[in-house]
Amino acid sequence: MKSLGSIRRSFAPWNDPDARPYIAFENVTKRFGDFTAVNNLSLSIYEREFFALLGASGCGKSTLLRMLAGFDEPTSGRILLDGQDLRGIPPYRRPVNMMFQSYALFPHMTVEQNIAFGLKQEGMPKPEIETRVADMLKLVKLTQFAKRKPHQLSGGQRQRVALARSVAKRPKVLLLDEPLGALDKKLREETQFELMDLQQSLGLTFVIVTHDQEEAMTMADRIAILDKGEVMQVATPAEVYEAPGSRYVASFVGNVNMLEGTVAERTENRARITGASGAEIVVENAGDAAAGNTVAFAIRPEKIKVSSRPPAEGTANVMEGEIYDLAYLGDMTVYHVRLADGQVLKASALNSSRITEDPLSWNDRAWVSFAPDAGVVLTR
Amino acid sequence: MADTAVSSSPAVAAAQAAPVASGTLLGAITGRLVIVVPYLWLLVFFLVPFAIVFKISLSQTAIAMPPYTPVFTGMSDFAGKIGDFTADNYRILYCDFAGLVGLSGARAYCESFALDVFFDSPYIAPAYVSSIWIAGISTFLALLIAYPIAYGMARAPASIRPTLLMLVILPFWTSFLIRVYAWIGILKPEGLLNQVLLATGIIDTPLVILNTHTAIFIGIVYSYLPFMVLPLYSSLEKMDYSLIDAAQDLGCPPISAFWKITFPLSLPGVVAGCMLVFIPAVGEFVIPDLLGGSETLMIGKTLWNEFNANRDWPVSSAVAVILLLILIVPIMIFQNAQARAQEQGR
Ligand SMILES: Nc1ncnc2c1ncn2[C@@H]1O[C@H](COP(=O)(O)OP(=O)(O)OP(=O)(O)O)[C@@H](O)[C@H]1O
Ligand SMILES: [Mg+2]
Repeated sequence: MKSLGSIRRSFAPWNDPDARPYIAFENVTKRFGDFTAVNNLSLSIYEREFFALLGASGCGKSTLLRMLAGFDEPTSGRILLDGQDLRGIPPYRRPVNMMFQSYALFPHMTVEQNIAFGLKQEGMPKPEIETRVADMLKLVKLTQFAKRKPHQLSGGQRQRVALARSVAKRPKVLLLDEPLGALDKKLREETQFELMDLQQSLGLTFVIVTHDQEEAMTMADRIAILDKGEVMQVATPAEVYEAPGSRYVASFVGNVNMLEGTVAERTENRARITGASGAEIVVENAGDAAAGNTVAFAIRPEKIKVSSRPPAEGTANVMEGEIYDLAYLGDMTVYHVRLADGQVLKASALNSSRITEDPLSWNDRAWVSFAPDAGVVLTR
Repeated sequence: MADTAVSSSPAVAAAQAAPVASGTLLGAITGRLVIVVPYLWLLVFFLVPFAIVFKISLSQTAIAMPPYTPVFTGMSDFAGKIGDFTADNYRILYCDFAGLVGLSGARAYCESFALDVFFDSPYIAPAYVSSIWIAGISTFLALLIAYPIAYGMARAPASIRPTLLMLVILPFWTSFLIRVYAWIGILKPEGLLNQVLLATGIIDTPLVILNTHTAIFIGIVYSYLPFMVLPLYSSLEKMDYSLIDAAQDLGCPPISAFWKITFPLSLPGVVAGCMLVFIPAVGEFVIPDLLGGSETLMIGKTLWNEFNANRDWPVSSAVAVILLLILIVPIMIFQNAQARAQEQGR
């Protein structure tokens, strides 16, 4: 399988066997009573990395950050920061700052005082604090709100104050727990890029928790996908999207069609899968699937071609169906094609030319096809 | 036809609006009632008695029943006797105060009203001063003791908090008077405390606590502690403790985080608790009378003496009115703090 590196920049210390992780979770377990929030989890995060934790609500993302910041100690296992075991080091001595999911702004202080709080603790000289606070206010676009108290701000404004307060100290490691969730789309995108800039220019290590996979894909060097306190996969955004390691990851990130079947034949990289929707699928990158395995073939909608006429004879992976639903989204059109066995496949087509009339309409006969290397075979 | 149609449509509209209107009317009436009840309460049980006391403070002593004039038998009586009112009782207090602070210019004025005795040997003003002083120290001590208690309660597991609250209120189930008497038994030279201290060899002569200021402090702090604990607890309990996490995260050690976050956020509770202790403590009578002995001077005792022993209702009423005016200052501070807490609105 060819390696799909980060597109954004050629920064990949995780591929370097000599690189030492900056933050390392080693077999960390965290229990609350008899509930296991984090289960024997190991993760390595490298210096200057923008690392995203992605996962469903309650899967232990905040708990991981809280352990790193020092508010909770792991029940077992250890957390290393720059080679040093963090156990027993109180939060106020860790070179880590956290932006809280609940913001935790000090209600009796103004926006300015909130942001300056950590800098004052450091004993930074006053003029420097003032310029730093002004910079931060500019970053989060709250300059005219400097003298307000948190209760006089909107939810999104509070979130930005919390962000500014945690960034202000320029910590070695910044932990962001859903930092942009309350912002509208435009402001969120702007802030995402501001954060990426900041992280780049200051050379900080960011660990961000998010529900929004698009956000994780945009910002992160690598993404860890968690489920029930366990790591499902750690990979670059492109790898997570194009080469998910399991059904869970494939369906968690982006849209996906999942065709269940059995491996009938396996040769080198190729595999023939039968049973999936009555058809036979030939795939090129079969991974670790062996003959006889029950597998899922996962393919993204944009990699499926839909046409109103049968493709040329000899084309691999063709299935016939009926247009069940279709949505014109402007930049693309999404088709739902019902196959013979009733399974509905999602396919999307980029509208690269101005079309006035789609050749396909509801209930039309349609043929879907995809290349042998367009999807992945998942055994888990 | 057209005419009836026009005239009926407002009627229809009114009929349709009626249920809504009566609903809001009922709402408005009950809404008013909710406000009226406490005001009525204040009017009947605070303003009217205060007006009576204020009226008596403008009267003159008399050997009669009641022991002052003028006494009105009806409304018609009022106009004829209005000239009997006097400001003498307030002049007495003025001379007393002037004497205490040594306002030399006031002596001639007091002499002209034959009140120079008060100027020369003031006894009411010193009682005010020592009351405020004793109440102030007691309030501070109560705050010092109550804060850790309230903090501990607020941070205790939610399941045991009601029990802890119960324990704080439990002493109220025994009569206040009995509890103060019990302190006599503890504090007197041959009392429980001295016996224990002697037996354990910590001291070899009994401590004299009863009939000293120390005994009054102990009595007031003990009696009013719940009034300090409860408001502190309520403000500490609703505090968001993730703020402490945030402060620590930003490099603030726990003790400093307490002074920068917890304490400022509990200030409304601190102010409320201090007012609830300070205000009644200033006018406290039972505790100084039972535990403080004859030496201690407090305004409650002075009032009692004037009222009962001297049967001087007008002067004691004036003393009470001035006491109220003095206490209005902290009450205003209290109101202000409440308003600010509300404005901070969480
Ligand atoms: N102090 C605690 N006591 C008991 N259970 C806890 C505690 N903190 C977290 N949990 C549990 O641990 C699990 C993980 O919680 P966590 O806050 O890490 O979730 P999360 O991944 O951040 O979720 P979300 O995306 O909703 O913020 C949850 O099921 C939660 O109920
Ligand atoms: Mg969370």
